[in-house]
Amino acid sequence: MTIAAGPAGVGRAKQKGPKGRSTAASIALHGTLAVASLIAVFPVVWLLLTSIKPRNAWDSATVTLFDHPNLGNYAFVLSQTKFLRWLVNTLIVAGATTVIGVLLAASTGYAVSRFRFPGFRSVMWMLLITQMFPVAILIVPLYNLMAGLGLINTFPGLMIAYLTTAVPFCAWMLKGYFDTIPVQIDEAGQVDGLTPFGTFWRLVLPLAKPGLAVAAFYSFITAWAEVAYATTFMTGDESYTLAVGMQSFVSEYRAEWGYMTASAVLIAIPAAVVFLLVQRHLVTGLTAGATKS
Amino acid sequence: MAAQAVDGTVAGGGPARDQAALHRRPGGQGPVRRFIGRHWYAWALTAPVVIVTLVLVGYPLVRGVYLSLTDATEANVGRTIGMNVIPSTYEFVGLKNYTAALADPEFLATLGWTVLWTAVCVTLHYGLGLGLAILLNRPLRFRSFYRVLLVLPWAVPAFVSAFIWRYIFSAKYGVLNAMLNAAGLPAVAWLDDPAVAKISVIVVNVWLGVPFMMLAVLGGLQAIPGELYEAASMDGATPWQRFRYITLPGLRPVASTVVLLGTIWTFNQFAVIFLVTGGGPGTSTQILVTNAYRLAFTGIRDYAGSATWGLLILLILSAMTVIYRRALRRTGEAW
Repeated sequence: MTIAAGPAGVGRAKQKGPKGRSTAASIALHGTLAVASLIAVFPVVWLLLTSIKPRNAWDSATVTLFDHPNLGNYAFVLSQTKFLRWLVNTLIVAGATTVIGVLLAASTGYAVSRFRFPGFRSVMWMLLITQMFPVAILIVPLYNLMAGLGLINTFPGLMIAYLTTAVPFCAWMLKGYFDTIPVQIDEAGQVDGLTPFGTFWRLVLPLAKPGLAVAAFYSFITAWAEVAYATTFMTGDESYTLAVGMQSFVSEYRAEWGYMTASAVLIAIPAAVVFLLVQRHLVTGLTAGATKS
Repeated sequence: MAAQAVDGTVAGGGPARDQAALHRRPGGQGPVRRFIGRHWYAWALTAPVVIVTLVLVGYPLVRGVYLSLTDATEANVGRTIGMNVIPSTYEFVGLKNYTAALADPEFLATLGWTVLWTAVCVTLHYGLGLGLAILLNRPLRFRSFYRVLLVLPWAVPAFVSAFIWRYIFSAKYGVLNAMLNAAGLPAVAWLDDPAVAKISVIVVNVWLGVPFMMLAVLGGLQAIPGELYEAASMDGATPWQRFRYITLPGLRPVASTVVLLGTIWTFNQFAVIFLVTGGGPGTSTQILVTNAYRLAFTGIRDYAGSATWGLLILLILSAMTVIYRRALRRTGEAW
């Protein structure tokens, strides 16, 4: 068979041996991938199909692929619910978390990438262990802390809660990225008379922009999809984030699957587009530290 | 460009170099000052994160440890109602909460299910991710197309996916039961039967987690030099031998990181359980994290019990990580 797709695959093909594959093997290969793709895609397609059905279409025993396709659910979600408000809230909280988290984390990531100092291992452990903190252990004390400071149901309160995960995570990821930037760059900067901080700020950070972007993206999607803190801290529906607000569409008493699916599509499409554009870098960013160290 | 800069200045750059050295060692004499001089810069760089972490994680952690040693519930913590300030009346009870939790069948059952859930999910994540990555790593028509489709579950925010699956599993209106009906089979109580609900949540989490593993393994596969395979083929290695002795060892660095991360994420996977089944039916699908949350925020809020569960979770994960890192260090990882 000829190789049409995947320019990256061509080079590998030659290394891996004979290109020729029996027809049976080809069918098995494509069959497996097709089934896997179908399973991967089906729920998302079903979501799309449901969202363009009439509001109560889900409420019937007969299930059809198409049923009077229309955008009524979208119109309702956008005009009659607080969806847009929740979207703005989510963007504010996730955006602020990301900016502050990455700024704080960058210098630490750099330090643990470049220097072996007393306390180095403690810092590494701290970064690793804080990532595994179950929400259950922090949520009650944080809730009390926020309540004491009057930050329950406010954006700063939720943002601070998210920083507990975003900061160690970003620092961990950025360490991996800084590891891939040659130390010679730093040395060159020092030789040129830059201060140590100048080296970091004017030489290394600009080179690390892709890494910073990936860390930023990661902390953004983590904050944007967080459920537990948001459900607990945000008590008024004016300040809900999307993850909380959407729960109200499918409460125990009344499930509005039409509205739920429409808002899910509205959230998922921009998220998925951005995601598919950057996903290659996301995995490299996460595992860079591993392959290098 | 960087190399040029080095070459250009090293030759005539004596003074600049001394200055750089000065920055690193402001003191220069005395062992203590030299020690501080050598490391102050690294400490200064790490200070912001260390301080933020100590305040935002350290303080709540200490507070959580304290709460776990008391009998604090919603009924006896201090609060302010209007003008009246009600003081706290909870007491220090030592390790009673821990002994109680460890003897509590509910805790042990939840722990067992959480371990099973984590083991099954991570095994399937890695196994399926590895399988798909190997398929995708071959020369193949429509390769990029398959890749985009297979990555899709990761691209949709997890809470959105949780809602989708809840709808798909819905007993009366769900598409799964509709398909079974159409095929003349009886409906299945996907989320209402304890045993089936467990399988359902695993399905959701596996669906969510495979794409990440697949991409990570794919990256790892592409880092294995092709010559190794060629040499092995020359020596007459079977495909299985090549997989066993080249692919698997070659994937180790990537696998060790993603399996550790995956285990932690799955162990603490709140959104899937909370949004798909809410821990039900009954408490059959509660994992440790969701149940600790339930203790803290439903019924009479049991702050002490929740903190105890949380700390036990942290201890389990920390112990696991220490063992894991130790195993890795033995095979030559840096720290």
